[in-house]
Amino acid sequence: MAVLFLLIFLSLILATGFLFAFIWSVKSGQLDDDYTPSVRMLFENNINNTKNIKK
Amino acid sequence: MKACFHCNDKCISNLICINEKVFCCEGCKMVYQLLEENQLNDYYQISENAGVTPSHYFKGKYTYLDNDEILHKLLSFNDSDIAVVQFDVPAIHCSSCIWLLERLSLLQKGIISSQVNFIKKTLSITYNSSQVRLSEVVVKIAAIGYEPIINLDMLKGKKEQINKTDTNRLGVAGFCFGNIMLLSLADYLGMDKNEFSMFYTVFNYLNFLLALPVFFYSAWPYFNSAYLGIKQHWLNIDVPISLGIFVLFIRSSYEIFSGIGTGYFDSLSGLVFFLLIGKYFQNKTYQHLSFERDYKSYFPMAVTVLSGKNEKQVTIDNLAKGHKILIRNGELIPADCILVKGKAIIDSSFVTGEVRSLKKNIGDTIYAGGKQIGGGIELEVLNDVSQSYLTQLWNNPAFQKNNDQSIRRVTDKISKYFTVIILCIAVFSGIYWMQFDTGKAIQVVSAILIVACPCALALSAPFALGNTLRILGDNKFYLKNTDVIEQISKITNIVFDKTGTLTISGKSAVSFIGKELNSAERSAVKSLCRDSNHPLSRIIYNAIDAELITLKNYKEVIGKGIVADSIRMGSSTFIQVKKIERIAQVHLEFEGIYMGYFKIESQKRKHLESTLSELKNMKLHLISGDNDAERTDMKAYFPAKDIHFEMQPSDKLNYIKILQSNGENIMMIGDGLNDAGALRKSDVGISISEDVNSFSPACDAILDASTFSKLPIFIKFTSMAMKVVYASFVISFMYNIGGMYFAIKGEMTPIFAAILMPISSITVVVFTNLTTNYIFKRLSR
Repeated sequence: MAVLFLLIFLSLILATGFLFAFIWSVKSGQLDDDYTPSVRMLFENNINNTKNIKK
Repeated sequence: MKACFHCNDKCISNLICINEKVFCCEGCKMVYQLLEENQLNDYYQISENAGVTPSHYFKGKYTYLDNDEILHKLLSFNDSDIAVVQFDVPAIHCSSCIWLLERLSLLQKGIISSQVNFIKKTLSITYNSSQVRLSEVVVKIAAIGYEPIINLDMLKGKKEQINKTDTNRLGVAGFCFGNIMLLSLADYLGMDKNEFSMFYTVFNYLNFLLALPVFFYSAWPYFNSAYLGIKQHWLNIDVPISLGIFVLFIRSSYEIFSGIGTGYFDSLSGLVFFLLIGKYFQNKTYQHLSFERDYKSYFPMAVTVLSGKNEKQVTIDNLAKGHKILIRNGELIPADCILVKGKAIIDSSFVTGEVRSLKKNIGDTIYAGGKQIGGGIELEVLNDVSQSYLTQLWNNPAFQKNNDQSIRRVTDKISKYFTVIILCIAVFSGIYWMQFDTGKAIQVVSAILIVACPCALALSAPFALGNTLRILGDNKFYLKNTDVIEQISKITNIVFDKTGTLTISGKSAVSFIGKELNSAERSAVKSLCRDSNHPLSRIIYNAIDAELITLKNYKEVIGKGIVADSIRMGSSTFIQVKKIERIAQVHLEFEGIYMGYFKIESQKRKHLESTLSELKNMKLHLISGDNDAERTDMKAYFPAKDIHFEMQPSDKLNYIKILQSNGENIMMIGDGLNDAGALRKSDVGISISEDVNSFSPACDAILDASTFSKLPIFIKFTSMAMKVVYASFVISFMYNIGGMYFAIKGEMTPIFAAILMPISSITVVVFTNLTTNYIFKRLSR
């Protein structure tokens, strides 16, 4: 049963990691715009590709 | 009629073709060619109706943007060569816009990257300032039809960052809530305290540690608000909430450290988590709309100043008395001026409510805010911008005081009694149990305060009103915040502006009074008007549907009339007939015979009559800055004593003030800068707008003009929504009373509290959402 302590400890570490990931994502502005990225990902070629075609 | 390949508008005049594609104007063709050259043709494939017609701009319009002082204020980041700037671009409307605007680096050398925020309609550009100037960047964006908004307001400095702490508080509370629930699971399932004493202790202490950030970080705004409320001698809803949270924390900590129980940390963190969700839901606002604009958002950032023969762009802040300025067609006059040179035709409908454009002579004073129609004019500045006749309105005390403090929400009103009752019950049951057992008394008092914590009550208004706000927003009625709903439900009087509110700004109804014209005559009139740039000619040209013919000997007597072949059109003095008073008119003569005149009026909104008659249970008023030509017309809709014309902006504000002093609750509906004072002073100021992204003065709500006829439904809906709030108050009271029954008997357990709290909250959330949705469906049927 003592292994439970280890598991609880690990799960809390993992969860804290996710909490900090969340705080980081808020801070870096990932939640500011929840619409544009969903449109942007549907465009076929990114800017670099278009540049290559031009050359 | 063919549709323009670029903007999809109907091509009215001579067709412009290239590559077998048709364009409505040179501007659209230029955009197409520019995109074609840069292989950005996919723009037209991504979505329909992609193109935006570029607005007219003259060379040097943006040169002031290269001024160091302005750059410093505009750029959000500037380091050696790299600069970042953000603009509002209202023309952003589809996925093609995102596609093109994020490929600006292909269009203009020196732009490193660009990013669109579609919801906020902003464009953020990173560019190399040693390779390209900001003015060149803006000219490029304007050239492809996405002219950014650059106004005086932007000089205030960088925009405030949105407060992200609330999101973090929510995240932390959610994290702790989930983990505490997980660690409490064993207890819920009836873990034997003696057999697993080791786990029991560890779980309890871990719960305590997890509750610390919830108590000290996530719940902080509630403590703060409660403290501020008590300081102002007002028991707001946050007082009983804070009390509940506080007692929960103390009692749980005591139970754990003395080893007598598991505490209520699951309820504590759950409570805070749900409350923060409610707050998040309530605060969801419309990011692309601004409710706080003043004249500074309407005025341009710079104006052309003439010194000798040189033209120079000067920021409006630095404009001083005695400067000579040049105003071009369609430009705004930023300060009170005297006309020095040129033909001035000033359209100040947005500022004064006066429908007709006024002709000014050299030496006349022109007040700030008007727009020049026609050619360029030269003016001499009389006053600083902030001292002008129009902008002085903003010095009125109505703009100084902050109204928000005075609003007492219905939730806060109820919570006053709620808190007092709870405290009484707690004290009396404490006294009762004291007689038997002091320990039990403390337990009962704390249990009462915990179970009475008005979580469901606190969630009722945020969810009911938050959902109401969302439904109204879906129907193009955008409220500043949920407090406005409560304000609207209390309205007794509605005050309307005329120009732009009851009538459609920029649209005119043309009727011909006199002999009926046959199709040949109509063709001749339309063809005659084609070449004239006078605003009335343009209106008549657009109003007549007829074939165009070629006329000979065309001559325009500027400001008087037009002649060709045997047709003469123009003012009463030009045709030499009697002038009809107070209306815009164009007289017509064929072969020396007087035919009659065109009467040009502002066009009324659709369903105006039925909408106003549905509002009959309110007292309706009309205040307009226009002359009283339409007084008789308006008598059909408004009581004669409540129709007021020729009202100055400050008169409008005072009118609202007088009504309010009689104890009335006023809703003001207006559109222009001249209504700004009245909108601000009224209990609910609604700004009506043809395009919600364009300028509208500071207000509590923005109504899209296309949904004007739904206004009576919206008003009814808000008062129904308030009833939903009351009903859900009743439901949450029932839960509180039920819980209280067990608490007074001393039978409340942690698991009972942990179940009761979320169930009551969820009931309220589901109830409010379902009922508000249902009510709106019923009303709009």
